[in-house]
Amino acid sequence: MRWFRADLHIHTVLSPCGGLDMSPINIIHQAARKKLDIIAISDHNSTRHCRITQQIGEKYGISVIAGAELNTKEEIHCLAFFEDIEKADLFQQIIDQNLVSIPNKPEIFGYQLMVDEEENIIGEETRLLVSSLQMGIDELSLCVNQLGGLFVPAHINRLHNGIYSQLGFMPSGLMADALEITPRPGYEDFLKEHPETAGFCLITNSDAHTLNQIGETLTEFYIERPDFNEIRQALRNENDRKVRT
Amino acid sequence: MNIENVINELGLQVFAGADKTGRQVKGAYVSDLLSDVMGKAREGELWITMQTHKNIIAVASLKDLSAILIVNGGRPEEETIVAAEREGVILLGTGDRSFSTCGKLYKMMERDALV
Repeated sequence: MRWFRADLHIHTVLSPCGGLDMSPINIIHQAARKKLDIIAISDHNSTRHCRITQQIGEKYGISVIAGAELNTKEEIHCLAFFEDIEKADLFQQIIDQNLVSIPNKPEIFGYQLMVDEEENIIGEETRLLVSSLQMGIDELSLCVNQLGGLFVPAHINRLHNGIYSQLGFMPSGLMADALEITPRPGYEDFLKEHPETAGFCLITNSDAHTLNQIGETLTEFYIERPDFNEIRQALRNENDRKVRT
Repeated sequence: MNIENVINELGLQVFAGADKTGRQVKGAYVSDLLSDVMGKAREGELWITMQTHKNIIAVASLKDLSAILIVNGGRPEEETIVAAEREGVILLGTGDRSFSTCGKLYKMMERDALV
């Protein structure tokens, strides 16, 4: 076992706020430059760029976890990660059934494009992906759990779209595999003020929307191989697997 | 003015706390961010929101709010209703939107010199 470098929160050009140069191939190149072993693709309310990025990642020796950054009914952003693309596809059906359908206006929110390995545009998502799902956080976490996925409330110390800003405090019995904390000034005080966070594994990621942000913040996993099941064990501190931020 | 008056005048649905509606209303607060309500709402106020998560009950209990009114026809989760009954929080609902609900409530409160 050794330490693997991971950035599990990266947006692509499919997210309206993701830079136009955030194509799967550019993301993989940048991940390689930053010596990342593992990345996760986590577009807003979509898993549709996971497959292509996984395929490219394989060629470059970067392990790509299929994921998404979901927006709950309470407008809490949560990361979800899946074991394989088939599970992500099943989850995509749930997103499609639950996304509040508002047409995107690219001139305001940005383009939501799907591209291939050569950066040819092969599709456009017409529904605004930053709108919310018609599912509360408890229902959503249950759903991710039932698909064997990992559920991680995102940037919990942010003043908007974090679990504390939206819900005031950590709901009892929340099924979370980890919490994502943003290492901004004052985050240590934030954790002290919310001692219940000590009961969770903490991870940090870049939340990259531009290429230069990729890997600027990361989490290291002490695991056997750079794959989903090893990461899950590390988050649970099982079999000598562990996490450091 | 008590919660019973508000229920009757605005035609509200009662999800929980039907036996406690004699409680006085001292004012109202509107917000969908629970962290904001925890900071700003005052004791005895009626809280107007579209949030339905069970945490709203703990917030109402913590701030000793007179009731929670869920707008836009939102339905609270079963867990939320159970928590409301357990904590003795009055949980109400309306198909109206926040703005018209607030307008009607404001008029009622003006009449009673609460605003």
